[in-house]
Amino acid sequence: MFAYLVRRLLLMLVTLFGISVVIFVLLRVVPGNIVDILFAAAGYVDPADKANLEKELGIDQPLIVQYWHWISGFLRGDLGYSYVSEKPALQEILPRIPITAKLAGLALLFSASIGIPLGVISAVKQGTRLDYALRVVSLSGLSLPSFWLGLLILTASVAMFGQMPIFNPNPQTWLEAFATYAVPAAAVGFRSAALTMRITRSSMLEVLRQDYIRTARAKGASEAAVNYRHALKNAILPVITVIGIEAAFLIGGLIVTETVFNIPGVARFLVEAIRWRDYPIVQNLVMFIAVVVVVANFTVDMLYAVFDPRIRYTD
Amino acid sequence: MTKQSDLVLEVKNLKTVFFTNSGLFKAVDDLSFSVRRGETLAIVGESGCGKSVTALSLMRLVPDPPGRIIGGSVSLEGTDLLALDEAEMRAVRGNRISMIFQEPMTSLNPVMRIGDQIVEAVRLHRSIPAREAQTIAVEMLRLVRIPEPARRAREYPHQLSGGMRQRAMIAMALACRPALLLADEPTTALDVTIQAQILALILDLQKELGTGLVLITHDLGVVAQTAQRVIVMYAGRKVEEASVEALFASPMHPYTRGLMASIPAVPAAGIVAPERLNEIPGTVPSLVRLPKGCAFAPRCKLAIKRCEAEYPPLADWGGGHLAACWRAEEVAEVA
Repeated sequence: MFAYLVRRLLLMLVTLFGISVVIFVLLRVVPGNIVDILFAAAGYVDPADKANLEKELGIDQPLIVQYWHWISGFLRGDLGYSYVSEKPALQEILPRIPITAKLAGLALLFSASIGIPLGVISAVKQGTRLDYALRVVSLSGLSLPSFWLGLLILTASVAMFGQMPIFNPNPQTWLEAFATYAVPAAAVGFRSAALTMRITRSSMLEVLRQDYIRTARAKGASEAAVNYRHALKNAILPVITVIGIEAAFLIGGLIVTETVFNIPGVARFLVEAIRWRDYPIVQNLVMFIAVVVVVANFTVDMLYAVFDPRIRYTD
Repeated sequence: MTKQSDLVLEVKNLKTVFFTNSGLFKAVDDLSFSVRRGETLAIVGESGCGKSVTALSLMRLVPDPPGRIIGGSVSLEGTDLLALDEAEMRAVRGNRISMIFQEPMTSLNPVMRIGDQIVEAVRLHRSIPAREAQTIAVEMLRLVRIPEPARRAREYPHQLSGGMRQRAMIAMALACRPALLLADEPTTALDVTIQAQILALILDLQKELGTGLVLITHDLGVVAQTAQRVIVMYAGRKVEEASVEALFASPMHPYTRGLMASIPAVPAAGIVAPERLNEIPGTVPSLVRLPKGCAFAPRCKLAIKRCEAEYPPLADWGGGHLAACWRAEEVAEVA
């Protein structure tokens, strides 16, 4: 087990190194840097000024030097300065993380707490009207892009209530905080909930056919005990996998959702930073997201062993 | 003879049908039998003859849809199980009537500890603290002769061999000391040496606990070793019922005779081997389109015109030996 963990950890480091190279190269392949953009906006070009500025920002140096400069700083915890705001990148990124984390956490919570029970119900009531209704809802959840759903929600709330939910940066009560995040989280979590429901349903249908379900009934267990205690615990593995993958995909959905709902989170900030070619922000933010995804994957693999005693990680 | 109070189980005219796309089929048709306290009744027949559906019907676990019990009565110690509502039936299942299944490999929940699965069976029917139920679980594992029961109770099914798992299943089924145990081919999936051990175990425990036992099998050898009485089923119906001695001495239904003739002889044991293994020609008829007369007639060497036209009634040929055959007496003579 210990050797396995060490190996996994090393593998995670290799993955992150690969990601750092890819993001670094991709950013520089994209035409133009911040200096080009600034000077284009200003409308005149003095090559000497441009060269000076590039030198000041260090983007005139060979790529390998730039990479070393970034990655060694990253490992020391020195993320450099934002080109745009000229503040330390860490100061720019850190305060935005909790906002996105709350949003993503709430979205995942929605998808699990709605998707799993509805999936179980849909499987248990297979072939009934309820099952068909739930499947139609989940199919629509998979088909609606979250930004469009977000726009629909905003439009509808204006049309119906004459106002729309505005992001409140300083919620006073717990309830206010929930209200601030709930609507965008629901918009972005609807898709995950739909996916979770479908996976739960099909996994449950598979498990409900098994012999040990009949054994549980033969013991005199109630339907609720059979469905949740016996069946769901066996059916949960694929669901965990999907929720883990969704956690990674969520960031894509959040970029547009944060934009639509005007939420000052990490995801929207990343899009801004890419537009300005703000290398320190983009590189470090993408690395941060990569770490989250890699850790989420690792957590899912570890959860397998928690839920299924047949899975043991050995050396 | 038998007093009414001796009867653990009395089944009368049980009918279980399945509604399928190709039509309605009668899996169990007009089946009646009874089991006395401590008695072993064997139900024998080929695959698809309705043995397992009979057991599931007694537990009221026939999957509905497509299956449904449409008639008859199942009286367990005087309670008509078919008249109970689902909650009352749950209180009976695993408590007064239990079942062991054919596949020990797949019949235990893979993500629950063995001990916990027995604890669940106990606590569903006895309001006792978890710790006490845990003690009972370990005791039950000891009773089914699992070595180191306390350690095994903490293990998961995949850590046990097939024989061990079947022992655990038996422990679970008997944990609440049921009046009746249904064993559906309990040894079919096991190695031959293990089969004998498991059968011996079931019989020992049955004797110890005074449980009535319905043993479902296709293996006449098992029947001879274990049962007091035998029911032979064919195409959903009982075609013969007798004490084990009477059945093996003089089978009265051609199907029973065919089954016995198809047991391979063991030359080393002094039994002369026939040149070729006897077989019953043809296959079990589709339960959707049963012939008008005797369902076995198309495969029967002794069939006469009457067999194809009329279903032979189940008649008592003396001493409680029942057989449904127009030529039963002749069959008995040949034997």
